[in-house]
Amino acid sequence: MFDLLAASEPAQLLPARSQMAFTLMFHIILVPLGVALPALMLLAEHRGLKRRDQAALTLARRWSHVAGVTFAVGAVSGTVLSFEMGLLWPGLTGKYGDVFGLPFAIEGIAFFLEAILVAIYIYGWKRLRPWTHFKLGLPIPFVALVGAFSIISANSWMNTPAGFTLGPDGWPTDIDPIAAIFNKALPWEFLHFVCAAYMAAGFTVASVYAVGWLRGRRDRYHRLGFLIPFTVAAIFTPVQMVVGDLIAVWLFKEMPVKFAAMEVVTNSGTHQPEIFFGRYDAATNTVSGGISIPNLNSILAGNSPDTYVQGLDAVPLADRPSNVNVVHWAFDIMVGIGTLLMLFVIWFAWHWWRKRDIPSSKPFLWIAASAGVLTYIAIEAGWIVTEVGRQPWIVYGFERTSSAVTGADGIWLSFAVVVVLYLVMAAGAITVLRAMARRWRRADIGEYGDAAVPYGPRPEVEASTEKAPS
Amino acid sequence: MTAADAVAVLVVLAVTLYAWSGLADYGAGFWDLTAGGREGGGRVRSLIDAVITPVWEANHVWLVYLLVLTWTAFGTAFASAMTTLYIPLMLAALGIVLRGANFALRKDAARAGRRHVAGMLFGLGAVLTPFCLGAALGGIIAGRVPPGNAAGNEVTSWWNPTSILVGLLAVAMGAFLAAVYLIAEAHRRGLPGLREYFRRRALWTGVLALLFGIGALVSLRGDSPQMFDRFVTRGGVLLAAGAVLLALTFMRAARGGVRGLRLLAAGGVAALVWAWGVAQYPYLLPFGLTIADGAGAPITQKWMLAWFGVALVTLVPALILLYVLDQRGELGEDPLTSLEAGEPGDLRP
Ligand code: HDD
Ligand code: HEM
Ligand code: HEM
Repeated sequence: MFDLLAASEPAQLLPARSQMAFTLMFHIILVPLGVALPALMLLAEHRGLKRRDQAALTLARRWSHVAGVTFAVGAVSGTVLSFEMGLLWPGLTGKYGDVFGLPFAIEGIAFFLEAILVAIYIYGWKRLRPWTHFKLGLPIPFVALVGAFSIISANSWMNTPAGFTLGPDGWPTDIDPIAAIFNKALPWEFLHFVCAAYMAAGFTVASVYAVGWLRGRRDRYHRLGFLIPFTVAAIFTPVQMVVGDLIAVWLFKEMPVKFAAMEVVTNSGTHQPEIFFGRYDAATNTVSGGISIPNLNSILAGNSPDTYVQGLDAVPLADRPSNVNVVHWAFDIMVGIGTLLMLFVIWFAWHWWRKRDIPSSKPFLWIAASAGVLTYIAIEAGWIVTEVGRQPWIVYGFERTSSAVTGADGIWLSFAVVVVLYLVMAAGAITVLRAMARRWRRADIGEYGDAAVPYGPRPEVEASTEKAPS
Repeated sequence: MTAADAVAVLVVLAVTLYAWSGLADYGAGFWDLTAGGREGGGRVRSLIDAVITPVWEANHVWLVYLLVLTWTAFGTAFASAMTTLYIPLMLAALGIVLRGANFALRKDAARAGRRHVAGMLFGLGAVLTPFCLGAALGGIIAGRVPPGNAAGNEVTSWWNPTSILVGLLAVAMGAFLAAVYLIAEAHRRGLPGLREYFRRRALWTGVLALLFGIGALVSLRGDSPQMFDRFVTRGGVLLAAGAVLLALTFMRAARGGVRGLRLLAAGGVAALVWAWGVAQYPYLLPFGLTIADGAGAPITQKWMLAWFGVALVTLVPALILLYVLDQRGELGEDPLTSLEAGEPGDLRP
């Protein structure tokens, strides 16, 4: 019924892919904040309550307000995504819905629970008793992980489909939704994504205070605001590097075509060089330009230059990702940024170990101020590797993207409207956040009279008056 | 009753929950849109803000649940509806974005005095989305959505008298529900002026909803006599119950009553939704696809049911907690401004 295939590419394919990619890449900006910001705010609140530290409490409270805004925008963009799964890809949801739909239902409930708990947390700051408030917030990061787990499971299923076989009519039979959830790519994608989310939230929040620090606001509040999230991100960074490397090796075995695309391996063979950037030409299956290091790719994939790596030539043109350059560049950008962030964390760790302080040199602060954006670029790049690298398959090895796309017209129009409205929504969210930051600053300077004492759950004793050591 | 039937019940339940929460939410947006000039409308808007702020982003969850449930349990029906009804459903999604964007914007624009323009956009989404969702549902009820990838007519499937009337019914019903909820909230907050304001509005939107409802039935009779018969015979009792409950709501509100008003209204809406469910059973897409034919793997249906059990056990206590804290006034902070929530009427600079 939905096999309206596809000798030539259906006209809706390009706009549908563009719209899906755009909305997902927008949604994914909010996701790390939804997944990891609650943990950061709880860490700050815990510290504030334990040490009666008013600055930490203020930070926790403000972060929770930011989480509220991003949560709301995430809910809106997520709702649109749910529509799009059917509006744009009826051949995916219509045909495979009963195979991989269950995790979406799990996600729906997990996010709802998270939304309720976040609402209680945010609205309860002043009126609930401090430790009660903290305890009510405690489940949030775990519920968020359940949600991330299930949605990542749906995505990893598209990469390594499981839990069904195709019957003679071309439709799935022998369906086992649990086997579909626990597919082979799941543990890798999930681990890698959780690390990415904590890195992104940590570095992004820290970068806000790094900017403040650069502008000379070197008080205890900014110091803590930098240190709490930065430490979290710094802990996840080396883990992320290890996981990333393991995924690459795993891909080499499980999805050789994607691996060949992301590393631009043109011809199968041993002694493959590692090529950084460069330009791939699909017509001739060659790479020009770029920096090439002999044997390195074989070594990375199998610990020996003799490792045989399957190249793009092993599959017909129709089964190769349509845009190898995008996949390859995205991969190099992700790995490049990861390496950079790793060096940066080492710099910080070294300095902290010697001096017990944040490095106060300008270059350090500049990098710190841009680390959040860099992490986000790495995340977007990583998703491009995953999604574009899977092409031309929507369900790897089973269903082509071109056969899953909708038969309805007018997708270019909806894509254009979506872009405009999302930009308005983004502008709205940024306006709200900036106005919030301005208000906080004013409150800190004392323009609000007695509101100048930042509030939080009533601490039993007066706030600590410790001063920043700067 | 098969597992697929039980999941179909969940689908109707999700529609009910979304009608209670989501429709009312759009209704509140509608009242915001029509609240009038900046000064006069200020008090109305701040009541609306205060009431919908605590839960507004959570309401979409029922819609999402509805979508996910249908594509997992009834993939073919889902894909057919999504492709044939592409236009109204895309517009509904865009309305949700519009609303989300402007809700955030508006909060802040309020302080900058630009509230009205942003509020207009916000309100537009609040009318567009329920109308389009209603029109899409109307198209399905009228049997204009055959199974297949964009197999039905992309325009007449939802732009026809039945669909349009169901769309208008959804808008009016949302406005009515919102007005009823707001009466209760205004009463709770001791604001007799606003209570009266929304009482009047509840009355005339109630009348409108009734007219649209009758109109939709009449039009359905011409469109799909078979479906009309099912509505009046099998769904007759529920239709009558819905009408009686809403009439009671109406009368109570007219006399200025407050207690039990929300429950009555919710019961009335639920009865109407269930009348549809009963009338359409066992068809997913009347009269081309039945539940039995359109259902996905039974094992998946069973897991959906099991997961619903888990959801009940986790969500219900959390929702009760939220509700209790809210009604006890233990929640009172506005995340969008990062200030303490103002009382209605208090538009702090
Ligand atoms: C903080 C961001 C970040 C950083 C620093 C890295 N990654 Fe990554 N990467 C992601 C964020 C990310 C991601 C956005 O989270 C992806 C997309 C899908 C996924 O599961 O994770 C991803 C996907 C992804 C994939 C594709 C997985 C698939 O298609 O199934 C590979 C092979 C790698 N990564 C490898 C690496 C390597 C070798 C890294 C560094 C040495 C690295 N990543 C650093
Ligand atoms: C559970 C998570 C996800 C699901 C279910 C999902 C699903 C899809 C689907 C159905 C498509 C269209 C078909 C295709 O091109 O294969 C797609 C494409 C795409 N997605 Fe994902 N996606 C997920 C996560 C993400 C994220 C988080 C991002 C980015 C930030 C992303 C980026 C893209 C891109 C760039 C494309 C276009 C690929 C192309 O057409 O070449 N995806 N995704
Ligand atoms: C096709 C892919 C996706 C769909 C259909 C989707 C759907 C949704 C929906 C419907 C919501 C709103 C939830 C609600 O209000 O109940 C949401 C929010 C959210 N989504 Fe997605 N999502 C997708 C991709 C992803 C990915 C890849 C992640 C990564 C883990 C993710 C993580 C989140 C998070 C954490 C939220 C909560 C909102 C926030 O904190 O910003 N989503 N998503």
